[in-house]
Amino acid sequence: MELDAKIPDGPIAEKWTRRQFEMKLINPSNKRKYKVIVVGTGLAGGAAAATMGELGYDVHCFTYHDSPRRAHSISAQGGINAAKNYQGDGDSVFRLFYDTVKGGDFRSREANVYRLAELSLNIIDQAVAQGVPFAREYGGLLDNRSFGGAQVSRTFYARGQTGQQLLLGCYQALERQIHEGAVKMYNRHEMMDVVIVDGRARGIVTRHLVTGKIEAHMADAVVLGTGGYSNVFFLSTNAKACNVTSIWRAAKRGAGFANPCFTQIHPTCIPQSGEYQSKLTLMSESLRNDGRIWVPKKAGDDRRAGDIPESERDYYLERLYPSFGNLSPRDIASRRAKELVDAGHGVGPLNNGVYLDFRDAIQRLGKGKVQERYGNLFQMYEKITGEDPYSVPMRIFPAPHYTMGGLWVDYDLMTNIPGLFAIGEANFSDHGANRLGASALMQGLADGYFILPLTVGNYLAEAPRGGVDPDHPAARDVIAETTALQERLLAANGKRSVDSFHMELGRIVWDHCGMARNDSGLKEALKRIPELREEFWRDVKVPGSGADLNQSLEKAGRVADFMEFAEIMCWDALTRDESCGAHYREEHVTEEGEAKRDDENFLHGAVWEFKGAGEEPVRHEEPLHFEHVPLSQRSYK
Amino acid sequence: MKLKLHIWRQASPQAKGEFKAYDLDGVSPHMSFLDMLDLLNEQILHEGGEPVAFEHDCREGICGTCGMVINGIAHGPEKLITACQLHMRTFNDGDEIWIEPWRAAAFPVMKDLVVERAAFDRIIQSGGYISVRSGSAQDANAIPIPKEDADRAFDAAACIGCGACVAACPNASAMLFTAAKAAHLSYLPQGQTERLQRAANMVTAHDEEGFGNCTNHGACQEVCPKGISVDYIGRLNRDLLKATLSGVEVSTR
Repeated sequence: MELDAKIPDGPIAEKWTRRQFEMKLINPSNKRKYKVIVVGTGLAGGAAAATMGELGYDVHCFTYHDSPRRAHSISAQGGINAAKNYQGDGDSVFRLFYDTVKGGDFRSREANVYRLAELSLNIIDQAVAQGVPFAREYGGLLDNRSFGGAQVSRTFYARGQTGQQLLLGCYQALERQIHEGAVKMYNRHEMMDVVIVDGRARGIVTRHLVTGKIEAHMADAVVLGTGGYSNVFFLSTNAKACNVTSIWRAAKRGAGFANPCFTQIHPTCIPQSGEYQSKLTLMSESLRNDGRIWVPKKAGDDRRAGDIPESERDYYLERLYPSFGNLSPRDIASRRAKELVDAGHGVGPLNNGVYLDFRDAIQRLGKGKVQERYGNLFQMYEKITGEDPYSVPMRIFPAPHYTMGGLWVDYDLMTNIPGLFAIGEANFSDHGANRLGASALMQGLADGYFILPLTVGNYLAEAPRGGVDPDHPAARDVIAETTALQERLLAANGKRSVDSFHMELGRIVWDHCGMARNDSGLKEALKRIPELREEFWRDVKVPGSGADLNQSLEKAGRVADFMEFAEIMCWDALTRDESCGAHYREEHVTEEGEAKRDDENFLHGAVWEFKGAGEEPVRHEEPLHFEHVPLSQRSYK
Repeated sequence: MKLKLHIWRQASPQAKGEFKAYDLDGVSPHMSFLDMLDLLNEQILHEGGEPVAFEHDCREGICGTCGMVINGIAHGPEKLITACQLHMRTFNDGDEIWIEPWRAAAFPVMKDLVVERAAFDRIIQSGGYISVRSGSAQDANAIPIPKEDADRAFDAAACIGCGACVAACPNASAMLFTAAKAAHLSYLPQGQTERLQRAANMVTAHDEEGFGNCTNHGACQEVCPKGISVDYIGRLNRDLLKATLSGVEVSTR
């Protein structure tokens, strides 16, 4: 597997400008002769499809939803970072770059991150021009807040619905291109596989989710903006349909999968209320600005929160991290919560949470002020739990939320398969081992609006154009394989539902490859996953047929892929014999209990090559170099 | 809790649908309404039947995918939430619950509780945007926008496109959806250039999709999970009148 990141020469601040200048261009009147497929309509995919439509390419865009506006980017709450320095508090492109590299615990590419910080400026301009209603000050200028422990205020937001508003801006731009005839939209089409012809990505195979029709669509380049894989854990904050299928099928066709074990757990989610629950709800991290996190000092204390006196409460983040306290980074806050719950200090009916208490904030600020700041979140919490957080403390617990790993891409966002691009959460490029708050939206839009539309053009300028149609033998083979796989799922006719398998897989991955990992646990997972996969294919029950709308069949295909993918994730966690960012190996911990990196041996991205289900995958490495941000140990004491 | 459910089952867009009754035991009051349907589907699966098809995704009230009429009310009896945010503690042991899809000519039923809402996308295509190319924008702070206007724009932009307004309207009108988008853009300075054209195009597209006219019932506002106000419909109608009087030509295709 060849892994050339193709990072441009020159000083870091000039690399992107230089790259753009070096790119080969396509004559505007010729662009429409090039067909590009975009899969996914979230911030990355939607922005890319709209922008390439504007540029004049023949764009074909696919989503499994009933409308492109449903993509999971819509659920993002907090905000989007940009180095605008509108607050005059000393922010700069370099500082955002620096914070992102450091926050990623030195496992990302400097050049990519610098470009991301640079483009953050254009994103805000673009979004405002589209009519995204960001929060404003009374003077009419854009408002900012500090977010996720950043020491400058660089986060732009639209109440608690920043993702929704950015996605609607992007969706509207896309609908405009559909209206212009520049983009052809395929709703309710699930991508099942990628078609490779002569070593290049030349199309995809889709299943129409209402008619069941499986067909090939051919193109000159294929772009995957299909999101992350947190649902491998079954319970996560991701929308129910989020899955790994498109990027995993690409990996099975030879695309390298980078750093699959880098998964982020978000500390403030509402704990599960029972076994029946299949989706967790995130509560904005902003709550930690005023809420105090605690558990009873005594394990197994089942008194009501109000009956536990002050002296018997452990405000553990304030105790352990006096300077950051309740605002300690996501991975640290998550791990401490899990350790205490595991040790019997958990609260709530299932003893599966910690308290996030607003009693002191209400005393200090008054109920009105708290309501003004967090009213919608309190209301949301009450709707879900039936408890009033003004009078009893909220209960929270960490949950899988975002995945930093994804398809390996070079500086141009192209995978090692020529013509196959990956953008947004689907690639691995910018967040290293840990993503900072309010940076996911930034990356999706930077990739989609500003990077990919140019780099795809550069590729197309020298790539073969046309000459393949859906009758091509390579396409027919993939259609046949897709059909056979579907028939196998329908024919299994076992006794267990798809969900029951997904739940069991999720538990294995959560227990052994979740917030904390160790050698023996990962080996145990690598033993149990293949067993479960075997049982899945033998005993899964998928009712109905493949010829109509069959939601059990859709889920079954996605879970089948998670069953294979989970293994590569555990391999990655096992072989990365260090801790870094969100990857916490219990064997490698500093005296302070934090992730202890091993830069001598692991200053690289790990890129996996699939060798067949049940076969040991091959690990490749892309070395990383840090010239502008000196390697250092994170400390939040 | 033990429930008696009456659920609309329809095999395909062409098939004739009907209510089917199901008994469901073991429902926890902490379950969400969709958790309850998951439980029912698990039961149906083990009895050898085909699970009830229903759409859902984020399960936190923002994606707009889920939607069903519960006991005659779009998204169910609680105000300002979607079906996925409804919890079973709202119901009592022994309750009978009737569950059916959105019903509107412009939203054909695909299967069971799943309807096709692509008509909404086509309304947006006709003009629900500001025409700006990627990379052509000026600095974001170059146009100050009074906070009040920005907040109003946001209130309208909060629409999640679920279609409850259409399901609740006796005329199956989508004017609340259409007006919310038009209002979002018309409160902003960036949205002024295309304002009248947008109003004319979007209302025409709305009518062409087969949605009914607004006759001021206000049922849409009552069921809207985001509390979108019917006042926006008046605002859109004023823009439409201005467009007509100033001779704006409609171009939806």
